[in-house]
Amino acid sequence: MISELPLWAAILVAVLVLGGAALTLLGSLGLLRTPTFYSRVHPPTLGGTLGMSGVLFASMVYFSVTGKRLSVHELLIVVIVPVVTPITMMLLARAALFRDRQVRRDDEEAYARSRRVADELAQAEEEAARHPEPEAEPPP
Amino acid sequence: MSVTIVSWALLGAHAMLAVGMLLAGYRVFKGPRAQDRVLAFDAVYLNAMLQTVLLGIRAGDDVFFEAALMMALLGFVSSSALAKFLMRGEVIE
Repeated sequence: MISELPLWAAILVAVLVLGGAALTLLGSLGLLRTPTFYSRVHPPTLGGTLGMSGVLFASMVYFSVTGKRLSVHELLIVVIVPVVTPITMMLLARAALFRDRQVRRDDEEAYARSRRVADELAQAEEEAARHPEPEAEPPP
Repeated sequence: MSVTIVSWALLGAHAMLAVGMLLAGYRVFKGPRAQDRVLAFDAVYLNAMLQTVLLGIRAGDDVFFEAALMMALLGFVSSSALAKFLMRGEVIE
């Protein structure tokens, strides 16, 4: 049950909760709308971090006002998430870079192979044009 | 009065986070490559953690905070394990 709390605290909690949720929604929307992976890394990190701290500060205000004592254990999440999110994103971006480079290397190898085959074919045709097969004798 | 304000704000925030989860879930299904899916999965995890915190405010119970802390830590561990898997093809070498 939501307990009774003074009006200023209610308004503060409402603004923080709604603002945090809206920022997180913006982050998810950016995930959907950005075109490439490397631009897609940014929105959930930025929006998610700020929105997360908004919602958790709202929780801190609510439990401090309704409870008997100051409630600050939400700070644990507020500190942990911004510290670990960039680590995850950097690991992920490096993995993506590695995979993209591997794809390009495979493509270049395939291209070089096809060029080699085409060159050999052209050489053979040139050779054949230079020494034409003798005409077969027409049957009597 | 104040209970009404907080209750409606919580409802709106729940709805917004749910929409965010749906958008990220769409990216999980559609994402052109594996790294996009891992990224969107991390966003889904964060939204679920915030939903848990909001449930804790609604219930007036501290237990939900511990669940949210666990979800934050497990989200980090799972995302970095998946990133390692994408990079090397093995998680523990």
